Amino acid sequence: MTLLQVQNLVVEFPGRRGTLRALDQVSFDIAPGEILGVVGESGAGKSLTGAAIIGLLEPPGRIAGGQILLEGERIDQLDAEAMRHIRGRRIGAIFQDPMTSLNPLYTVGRQLTETILAHLPVTKAEARRRAIALLADTGIPAPEQRIDHYPHQFSGGMRQRVVIALALAAEPKLIVADEPTTALDVSIQAQIIQLLKKVCRERGAAVMLITHDMGVIAETCDRVAVMYAGRVAEIGPVHEVINHPAHPYTAGLMAAIPDPMEDREMLNQIDGSMPRINAIPTGCAFHPRCPQVFDRCHVERPELIDAGPTRAACWLRQEATV
Amino acid sequence: MKKLLARWLDGDVGYSFRHSPVAIGSALVAFVCIFGAVFANWVAPHNPFDLGALELNDARLPPAWQEGGTSKYLLGTDDQGRDILSTLMYGARISLVVGFASVVLSALVGVTAGLVAGFKGGWVDTVLMRLCDVMLSFPPILVALLMAGVGRALFPNADTAVAFGVLIFSISLTKWVDYARTVRGSTLVERNKEYVQAARITGVSPLRILRRHILPNVMGPVTVLATVQVATAIITEATLSFLGVGVPVTSPSLGSLIRIGNDYMFSGEWWITLFPGLMLVLIVLSVNLLGDWLRDALNPRLN
Amino acid sequence: MNTAAEVKTEAVASTSTTADAPLIQVRDLAMTFDVSAPWLNRVLERRPRQLLRAVDGVSFDIPKGKTLSLVGESGCGKSTVARLLLGLYTPTRGSFTFDGQDAHAAFKTPAGNVLRRRVQMIFQDPYASLNPRWTVEAIVGEPLSEHGLITDPVALRQRVGELLVQVGLAEGDRSKYPHQFSGGQRQRISIARALATEPEFLVCDEPTSALDVSVQAQVLNIMKALQKKRELSYLFISHNLAVVRHVSDYVGVMYLGRLIEVADKATLFATPRHPYTRMLLDAIPKMHATGRARTPVQGEVPNPLNPPTGCAFNPRCPLANDRCRNERPVLHLAGTTQVACHAVEEGRG
Repeated sequence: MTLLQVQNLVVEFPGRRGTLRALDQVSFDIAPGEILGVVGESGAGKSLTGAAIIGLLEPPGRIAGGQILLEGERIDQLDAEAMRHIRGRRIGAIFQDPMTSLNPLYTVGRQLTETILAHLPVTKAEARRRAIALLADTGIPAPEQRIDHYPHQFSGGMRQRVVIALALAAEPKLIVADEPTTALDVSIQAQIIQLLKKVCRERGAAVMLITHDMGVIAETCDRVAVMYAGRVAEIGPVHEVINHPAHPYTAGLMAAIPDPMEDREMLNQIDGSMPRINAIPTGCAFHPRCPQVFDRCHVERPELIDAGPTRAACWLRQEATV
Repeated sequence: MKKLLARWLDGDVGYSFRHSPVAIGSALVAFVCIFGAVFANWVAPHNPFDLGALELNDARLPPAWQEGGTSKYLLGTDDQGRDILSTLMYGARISLVVGFASVVLSALVGVTAGLVAGFKGGWVDTVLMRLCDVMLSFPPILVALLMAGVGRALFPNADTAVAFGVLIFSISLTKWVDYARTVRGSTLVERNKEYVQAARITGVSPLRILRRHILPNVMGPVTVLATVQVATAIITEATLSFLGVGVPVTSPSLGSLIRIGNDYMFSGEWWITLFPGLMLVLIVLSVNLLGDWLRDALNPRLN
Repeated sequence: MNTAAEVKTEAVASTSTTADAPLIQVRDLAMTFDVSAPWLNRVLERRPRQLLRAVDGVSFDIPKGKTLSLVGESGCGKSTVARLLLGLYTPTRGSFTFDGQDAHAAFKTPAGNVLRRRVQMIFQDPYASLNPRWTVEAIVGEPLSEHGLITDPVALRQRVGELLVQVGLAEGDRSKYPHQFSGGQRQRISIARALATEPEFLVCDEPTSALDVSVQAQVLNIMKALQKKRELSYLFISHNLAVVRHVSDYVGVMYLGRLIEVADKATLFATPRHPYTRMLLDAIPKMHATGRARTPVQGEVPNPLNPPTGCAFNPRCPLANDRCRNERPVLHLAGTTQVACHAVEEGRG
C-alpha cells in the first residue's frame, strides 16, 4: 500500500486583493521506504507542499481542495490536536536551518527524550538509551557525553545530524526534509546526504526530500517530482527525469545547470522567469517561456500524461502518443 | 513629491488607512483641531486678546446650551469676558506650535546623534550612548522645570520669543534620546548592507553615504516616533504651563487655560477649565491613535 | 619581504601567459581582524586578545581579460580577499598591484578615485545590494555622477538607459524601484551599476548563489558575453564548483585563509593535487553520477580563531604526517599547478 498519497491538493491564500492559489492540483505518491525528491525553483511551491503535508501551513494559507492520505487515512482535515499526534510519530520533519531547529535552552538529550516519551510507551531510562543510540547512528562521536550538551556546543554539521536524530526519534514512517543541506558547506553536505540515506533505509522510513539542488536529488532519490508555478510538471525515476526529460521545463532546467564534470560554452537559459502566483498564465503555466509551445498550450492546462518511464504535464506527450 | 504621495496612498499604508476606522477618525479629529488652531485668526468667532473688544459684563457666562448662556459665546466666557471657544483655538495653536517645534528640534538632534553613533561606532558611539543613558535617568518634567528656572535666572526680562525658545528647548532636552537610540540601531543594520559597501567602493564620502543612503532608510521608525512624541510634547507643555513655568502669561496655551479655570471650578464655573482640558485630551488622543496606526501600518512593509 | 613571499612570486608569475606583468598582482595579502571582547570585559574577565586571521598570505595574478575563481567553504577568507582588493579594508600586510600601481596606497589619495573607476564589485545578495529608496536610475548613475564623468542630467539618463539595455533590461526600467524587480533582474541592475564607469576589473562575490538555477544561467551568460566584448578581468568568488568550472580560466582553492592550490581550470578539474581539492571535488553532488562509491570528507572546517598548527588541513587529511602538523606548507610548483602540500612535494600524494 502506498504510504502517502497526495491527490489534487489545492492550497490558497486569501488576501486583501483576492485569493491566491499557491498550489494547484498537485498529485503524487510515496511508497514505503522510498525517497522522493521534490525539486523546483523559488516560488514553485515545493516548501508549501511539505508544509501542507505536515500540517504547518502558515495562516491565512489553507488547504482548499484535494486530499492527503497517510496509509489510507485522510490527514488534511484533522484538527490541531490530532495533527500533533501524527507529527513526530508518523511523520518526521527536518528543516533547513540547523541553528533554529533546536531549542537553544535545552540539552540535546532532553529534546530527544522528550520526543521519544511523547510518542512511544517507554520508560525514561529506555528513552535515554534510545537517544544515545540515535546519536551514535547519526555519527555523533562520544554520544554518552554529547547527549548532555547544548545545541550551541555543536558545529553546524553536527547540529544537522542531531536534527535528523530528532526527526527519527519517534520512529516515523515518513520524513519530510525541506532543504536539509542548503545551509551547509559542500563537504558537510555530502556527509549529511549519505547519513540521511543510510538511516532512512535502515529504518525503512520514506523521505520526501525538498530541494532546489539537482545534484543532491540525483545522489539521494529514487524518484523525483519537478514543480513549476504550484503544479507538478514532471514526475518519474530520477535518472530518467535527468537524462531523458519529457517536459520542456525539465529539459531547460537540466541544460541550465552547470556540471562540475564537463565544460560548456554557454549555459542554456530559459528566457523570462517563473510567474508569480498572482499572475499565472492560462492553460499550461509554462507556455510563455516554452520553446515548443503550440496553440493548445495557451488554452488548456495539461494533466500528467504518461511519457514512457516518466509522466509529464505537457501536451507534447499526448501529441506523441496520438 | 506627488509621485511619492501617490505611491504611498496606493500601497500598503494607504490601504491600511482606508480600512481603519480608527485611523480615519483620529485623522479627521486631528485635522479639525489643527485647522482650527492654525486658522484661528479667521475661524475664531472672537479675538480674546483684543483687550478693547472685551466686555466685562459678559464675564462668566455659561455655555450656550445652559440657561444664562448665549449663542454669541458658544462655550461660555471666562472671568474677563473672553470667549472660551476662541481662547481654545488660540490656546491650541500655542500648544501645537510648542509641541511641533520641540519635536522637530529633538528629532534633528536625536537623528544626527544616532546616525553618527551608529556609523562611526567605537568611542564616539560609547560616549553618545552613555550620554543617552544619563539623560534617561532624569524625569523629563523635572528637567524641564530645571531648565525653565535656569532660563528665568539667565534671562530675567525675557521677551516672548526667548521665553518660548527656552520652553521648547527644555521640552526637547530629554526627548532626543529616543530618536538617537532608534536611529542608531537602524544605522548599525544598514551600515553593513551591501548597497552601502557599493557606495564606499565607488568612493562616496562617508558624509554623503550617511545623508543620501542611510538616512532615507532609517526614517521609518522616526516618523512613528515623531507622531507620538507630538502628543507627549503637548502634554509636557501643558503640565509646565499648568505649573506656571511654561508659556508666558500673555500667550496662554491650553495648559495655562486649565490652570486659570482651576480657580473657578469650585465656584461653579466649570466650563472655564473643562473645555480646554477636553480639547487637550482630544488632540493628544487623536495624535496618539494616529501614531499607533502608523506604527502598525509601516511594520509589515518594513519587514 | 621574507623568502616565502619571494618563492611565491616566482611560482605565481608563471600563471600569466604574456611576458608583460599581469593586470592584477596580489602578493602575500593578509588581513587580521581584532575580534577581542571590549576593553572593559577583557580587563574584568581577564580574557586574552583574540585575533582572527581571515586571510593569511595570499598571492595570485590575473592577466587581462581572464577570470580567476577563488573557491572554498565558509571561513576560508575568499570574501575578505574580495573586499581587500576593493579597498574596503586595509590589509595587515601584503600588496595589491593594479596595472603597475600600488592600489592601497592609491586608495588613500585623491588619485585613488581614478583607480576606483577601473575596479568594481558585484555582490551576493540582490536584495541588500541596491538602496531600496532610490530609483534604478539613481543607483546605476551614482558612480557616474560621483566621479563627475557625466554631469548633464539628460546625458546621464541616456547613459543609464544604455547600460540597462546592455544587461538585458529595458530602458524604461530606470524609473522603477528595486522592489519591483526579481532577484535575477536586481543582479543585472547591480552589474549595470558596476559597468557604469567602464571598469577593467570586476570582483564578483558569489553573484549567483542567491539565484535560481535558470536565472543563474542567464546572469552567467551575460557576464561571459560582457567579458568577451570588453576584455574584462574577473575575480569570481564562489563555493559552487560547478559554476566555477563554467566561468573560470584559473581556479584558486582557499582553506582557512590560505591558498592551497592554484591551477588553470582544466588541470584543476582533471588532476587535482591537494588532498582537500580532491575531496572537495569528490564531495559535490553530481547530477550525472556514475554510481561509484565515495568517501566523503571527514570532520569540519576548524574554528578560524584557533587554526591547527602547521598545515591547516592536517586534522582532516589522510596523508598528514609530523611535518604537516608542524610546518606550514608553501605554494610550490608541481607541473603547471601550484600547490601547498608537503605530501605532494614529497611525492606521497
